[in-house]
Amino acid sequence: MTLSSIDYQIMWRRLIAVVEEQATTLVRTAFSTSVREAGDLSAGLFDSKARMIAQAVTGTPGHVNAMAESVGHFVNEIGKKNIFEGDVYITNDPWKGTGHLHDITMVTPVFRSREHIGFFACTAHVVDIGGRGFGPDASEVYEEGLLIPITKFAERGIINELLLKMVRANVRTPDQTVGDIFSLVACNDAGNSRLQTMMTEFRLNDIEGLSDFIVEASREATHTAILELDDGRFENSMQVDGYEAPVHMQVAIKIEGPNLAADFTGTSGMSAFGVNVPEVYTRAYACYALKCAIAPDVPNNFGSLYPFEVSAPAGSILAARRPAPVSVRHVLGHLIPDVIFGALDLALPNTIPAEGASALWNVQISARPCVPDCNLPSRELLLFNSGGTGARPTSDGLSATAFPSGVSTMSIEATENVGPIIVWRKDLREGSGGAGSQRGGLGQTIEIEPLEGYDFYFNAMFDRVENPARGRKGGKPGWAGRVELADGTMLRSKGRQFVRNGSRLKLSLPGGGGYGIANKRDKKNIEADILGGFITKQQARDDYGFEG
Amino acid sequence: MRVRLGVDIGGTFTDVALDTSAGLVTTKVLTDITAPESAIFEGIKKVCKTAGIELDEIDQIIHGTTLVTNSVIERRGAKTAFVTTEGFRDVIEMRSENRFEQYDLNLTLPVPLVPRKDRLTVHERVAASGDILLELDDGDVERLVELVAKGAYESVAIGFMHAYVNPAHERKIAKALSEAMPDIFISLSSVVSPQMRELPRFNSVIVNAYVQPQIAAYLKRLVSEIKDIGINSQVFMMHSGGGIISVETAIEQPVRLLESGPAAGAIYAAGYAGTHGIEKALSFDMGGTTAKICMINQGAPKSANTFEIARSYRFKKGSGITVSTPVVEMVEIGAGGGSIASVDKLGRIQVGPISAGSEPGPACYQNGGNSATVTDANLIVGRLDPDKFAGGEIPLDPQLASAAIDRDISRLLNLPIMDTAFGITEMVDENMANAARVHTVEHGEDIEQFTMIAFGGGAPLHASRLCDKIGIKRILIPPGAGVGSAIGFLRAPFSYEATRGFYQALETFDINAVNTMLEDLEEEAKSFVTMGVGTADTEKQLRVFMRYVGQGWEIPVLPDVMRFAEADVVNLCKCFEETYRAVFGRTIDDLDMEITNWSVTIATAVSTSNMIPKSESQQIATIESDCTLFDARTRQALKTSKVRRADMITGDFVVGPAIITEDDTSTVVSTQYRAIMQSNGSLLIEHQELKS
Repeated sequence: MTLSSIDYQIMWRRLIAVVEEQATTLVRTAFSTSVREAGDLSAGLFDSKARMIAQAVTGTPGHVNAMAESVGHFVNEIGKKNIFEGDVYITNDPWKGTGHLHDITMVTPVFRSREHIGFFACTAHVVDIGGRGFGPDASEVYEEGLLIPITKFAERGIINELLLKMVRANVRTPDQTVGDIFSLVACNDAGNSRLQTMMTEFRLNDIEGLSDFIVEASREATHTAILELDDGRFENSMQVDGYEAPVHMQVAIKIEGPNLAADFTGTSGMSAFGVNVPEVYTRAYACYALKCAIAPDVPNNFGSLYPFEVSAPAGSILAARRPAPVSVRHVLGHLIPDVIFGALDLALPNTIPAEGASALWNVQISARPCVPDCNLPSRELLLFNSGGTGARPTSDGLSATAFPSGVSTMSIEATENVGPIIVWRKDLREGSGGAGSQRGGLGQTIEIEPLEGYDFYFNAMFDRVENPARGRKGGKPGWAGRVELADGTMLRSKGRQFVRNGSRLKLSLPGGGGYGIANKRDKKNIEADILGGFITKQQARDDYGFEG
Repeated sequence: MRVRLGVDIGGTFTDVALDTSAGLVTTKVLTDITAPESAIFEGIKKVCKTAGIELDEIDQIIHGTTLVTNSVIERRGAKTAFVTTEGFRDVIEMRSENRFEQYDLNLTLPVPLVPRKDRLTVHERVAASGDILLELDDGDVERLVELVAKGAYESVAIGFMHAYVNPAHERKIAKALSEAMPDIFISLSSVVSPQMRELPRFNSVIVNAYVQPQIAAYLKRLVSEIKDIGINSQVFMMHSGGGIISVETAIEQPVRLLESGPAAGAIYAAGYAGTHGIEKALSFDMGGTTAKICMINQGAPKSANTFEIARSYRFKKGSGITVSTPVVEMVEIGAGGGSIASVDKLGRIQVGPISAGSEPGPACYQNGGNSATVTDANLIVGRLDPDKFAGGEIPLDPQLASAAIDRDISRLLNLPIMDTAFGITEMVDENMANAARVHTVEHGEDIEQFTMIAFGGGAPLHASRLCDKIGIKRILIPPGAGVGSAIGFLRAPFSYEATRGFYQALETFDINAVNTMLEDLEEEAKSFVTMGVGTADTEKQLRVFMRYVGQGWEIPVLPDVMRFAEADVVNLCKCFEETYRAVFGRTIDDLDMEITNWSVTIATAVSTSNMIPKSESQQIATIESDCTLFDARTRQALKTSKVRRADMITGDFVVGPAIITEDDTSTVVSTQYRAIMQSNGSLLIEHQELKS
């Protein structure tokens, strides 16, 4: 049987199902909330040259693209001659994996008739990795937990017991963290067995031909899409809140024929807190934004990422140097697409949305009994919440919807069953979407009170409180976020704070920016917005010039 | 023996199956969406005539319909208000706050069934414990009643936070509304779906309210018209959980009717799984637009508590409305005979999920359709006989099929027509194979252990290649495969599943409270079953939805008790660990367990059809003629035997490549497989590896 292009197409389809199967298994077995609820994971197949050829669509962009780079680091550090059948490799090095210690990446070499032909890799966010826990307060990465350098978790089928002991001894949840490591191993194994079956079916001895086919088709499709853009250099900058000082993000995109380079020179320097972003994570979110805008239909792999070159100056907040703390690198990471979009809008008209809330408003709550020596248990809770996305050229922004992150929110009833809090409100924040011919998505309002017998601490890490999402093409900005008590007492948007029993924490999440001039908005849509309470009559008059 | 009749209204066809002592008679008539009853009566008259019985001899009619689902998809429901807790007006609009398509900047989210202006709030709040944190005061109730009256709503859905544990406030509002407006339809979340998690519960009560006026009117009309034409029988309704309920219950809770057709298909397959002694079956139903796959273990279709309806984005998970009501669990993908093939930007053949449906249908139908579809490809590769499609009622034109495939795909990819057609069939089979595999993996099952039961017009054409891809060695094609759901209605038990959200940590398990709650659930389920059958032998099943503390999703655990004593709690823990290990391959020591939801199902015992012994290959079937079929495994056109299913007698066998024809469909037997006629008319297709 000679392989035709149809066979390659079918195998390509199969590979995507194989890695999807890997990812599905991980989601269902994982213990950490962010894997389960947020798809904070990724799974993929690489060829022997460490080129990623298939990746599960499940997963957040940060992982998806960061893992693509990591396998190359594994090959370099382990050395080709030390790759044996039965090996499994591990790391959580933020600079060689996916940006912070909580993500463990595992790589399993694939063999066929004793020949090494590729790798399966996967990444997941584990419940705990020791150190200070998930938060921005460390001043060096050493405080953020255990760093496992690229190393062999297993060699020729024999597990490194010392490594397991080290992990168990250094984390708060040894059973869950180690359990997750084993499910990562098992998920690579599952992928491997499916791949072997496919290779038998198609009588393959290696995957080089298939890999070339996939990489070439994807690279060509991406090059073709970039060729449709005007050549030139396009710049944009954006200021966001940051932690201790505002962060200036600056990008220049250079488009030259079929290639595109994005350079973040001019971006602020590093922070003293864990909001710093390793460059690999910057590249991940930048590539995600570029792909969404330019070639959304091309599957994610080495070929489709190849035409995009992304860099940030070493020592900037988007390419933090060791040993900077990086635990909550997602906050600035989520804002990167907005910076990219602003520059890309100059090259790609009528495609790019306005800025959005973008960075998630994750609330981590530590509920403590008011009377310390009573029998009430302490509880930790994590809630994911999203503001509004930017308006699009032909449609409104999405209200209370995560972008660029792929997070889902949790049921309030389920949360209240687990922890001693009462959520009095979680609904759309009326009027918060930026005005425009297309309106920005609305943020949301959340009010949380400790239940009787409890106070709570919460860890604020909220952006777009000082710097709202800007509109595009004459669209107005969305409303900035607010952090306060329900009685009007203002709170800080960063850092750990206390909410006493009887008080209510009130979070008002930012809205997305508007697109186009508000006066041009369709009257019917303005009327519908007033009727539904998405905007007030006052706003209709002031922002849209609508008299009813 | 009683004369029973099953009627399934589908989007295109209304299927009727009549079961008399003389056997089964079935028919298909075209559905008339504007007057669904007319197709029912036409079908009933047809089968009665064939069976030689009078209309008044029918004892029981069991009915299922897609009208509920269609009403939601097409947004044809009633003007509905949603009354909820202040602060939670937007739960159904904010959904899970995520995007179901990661790279699409122009993504649009499904529009809520009840627009924001019709979502009304009152000040009240119940805690997770059931304690009232904020009383609902009378003034607020009065204000609400006025708002509803002013809004001229036909139907009201009421959904308050934690109402599954304390429904007092929902009831108070309902009482005030019905006193003020006796004719208005009212649905309570604490009745329709008393389970924890506000989004699916609110959606469930809203769907219920939204479709209720229309469904109530339809069912009442149907019952009276059935009497008018001289049928003197009771009418029952098929529900999504795979059982039947009274018309009265169906009118109260139409949300339970959502997936009745597919559920009955699974029951039909489960019936044959029992007859043939198949422990693990995978039912595969492929029609014009979608393919549905369901796991059947020990004769029972896999069930679930939540599912998504009305997906707005090409069958994409997450793009629909999640409701929590008992359902036979299936995966549905956009793969059917009408699925349209195209070439994507990377030069790859894509098949579906868009379908040409039955109107205008595939290009070869000669009905004005000009898209290249799966049916066109099947025709070109030789899987279909152009003169005998649908019993010869739809003559197929191979030239139109070739022309469409050539124009849309072959020319773009520079491929011969035959290779392209083969590519299309392979791609759709690949899509279905991948979906089936992921579904079994999600439940910790090994797909190769299953026997496929294939039915629906398209399934027998694709089953053997599909099984070749996923490693299934045995396929069963039962008789009557074209009207499987209607036959399934006749096999379904009377059943009702009562559910309740009732949080318990295993550490602090309150035996008395749990037992009291279970008593309520059992009483509720029993009363609905009694409404259908009076007193009858019934079976009870408790399902407990459990997880480790801190996990987000539960797995259903089936303890073999209906009430708990101390020792049973320990057993429940073991039972959870066993189930968890079966699904995920391991358990976690030192972690506590918790329970979120509970369910009690009461069902009448189903008369288990006698198991029949397997008939082995005895004699080669009479070959009607030879034709040519492009074989997927060897990638070449092979001489293929053609056999009429009606000519086959018990023990007749044919080795692939072969095509076994019948009016409703054709069964393709690939090389590697052989088909053997069984004594009950089922075709058993086995991989050649299996020694007979």
